[in-house]
Amino acid sequence: MPHVDIPSKLPGITGLLDAWPEPGKPIRDLTQFILRGPNTLSEGERELIASVVCTGNECQFCSNAHVITAARYVGSVDAVRSILANPFGGKVSERVAHLLTIAGAVRQSGSSVTDEMVAAARAAGATDVEIHDTVLIAALFSYYNRYVDGMATDLPSDDMYYEVLADRLTTDGYIRKEAVNGTH
Amino acid sequence: MPHIQVSENNPGIRGLFEFRPETGASLRKLAQVLLHGESPLTKGERELLAAFVSHGNGCKFCTMSHAAAARHHYGGDHDIVDAVVYRNDRSGVSELMNVLLEIAERVRVGGRNVPDELVAKARELGAGDRHIHDTVLIAAAFCMFNRYVDGLRAITPEHREDYVAMGQRMATAGYVPTEAADAAR
Repeated sequence: MPHVDIPSKLPGITGLLDAWPEPGKPIRDLTQFILRGPNTLSEGERELIASVVCTGNECQFCSNAHVITAARYVGSVDAVRSILANPFGGKVSERVAHLLTIAGAVRQSGSSVTDEMVAAARAAGATDVEIHDTVLIAALFSYYNRYVDGMATDLPSDDMYYEVLADRLTTDGYIRKEAVNGTH
Repeated sequence: MPHIQVSENNPGIRGLFEFRPETGASLRKLAQVLLHGESPLTKGERELLAAFVSHGNGCKFCTMSHAAAARHHYGGDHDIVDAVVYRNDRSGVSELMNVLLEIAERVRVGGRNVPDELVAKARELGAGDRHIHDTVLIAAAFCMFNRYVDGLRAITPEHREDYVAMGQRMATAGYVPTEAADAAR
């Protein structure tokens, strides 16, 4: 049971953003820009960065949501899991593999990002903006995971919820056009 | 040296805001809502939570700047800030604030780490949903700000004096700069 009353009874982050729209608005805007805005990293690559953090933090709601969303771009949940287990396995470019390594370091702590990691990403073609955006996405999900789990939010009663959510996140993105009913 | 090319004129997160203004604007607005918006927690208590979490995460820039802002809010009682942030000595804060700091620490560590009993204890001491929510939200948000600043190795001034004016500005003008505040910079 969540630590506070969530009037909509929506699971995970959806109920929190709905119940507290004031902080929710800048966070949604930030998420929309950094995950769906114009970028030299593809939407799928950015969802993989989010997934590295959510799975590493073992946030069940966020992991399911972002792994399933990343799968829409990458092809399958198995493909996403295999990239997360070994970014250098050839399924993503070396540049993206190095950025996923940086994201994994940010998850642990900011100071875990080493000069060597950044130099390797740059040598593989990553730009300053891509390094910045990788760190910010990883930091953003360090926040989401803690907000969702720290409030002990509910999980969806049906896993189909994540598929409906992934439909919305791949088409409308993170700015809410209408209430999501999902399977509720 | 920072991991990306930022201007030397703006230390810490401000250099990052300048590097990527599209994300900087949202991050500033979030900080403004968290630390200056409506809340049952005072601005001093919220800055104290921010500094406490930042210290736990080892982020010197955020610790020093938010501790400076908290000291400004606490005025004559500013010693409480150093006790809580640097020595985890919570004897100077209310019983409720003591529990909220504990909740913030659990959130910082991560996972489903905030036990029902701790939340119940906060409620017994007068906390409503909003106290709990704002504490979790601030703790989670600083886990982002801290990683953003240190993950890009933002410029971090060394000495406490370097943060006094910054803290005062954060405490009074807030986080969304107005043209007037910009001109005064």
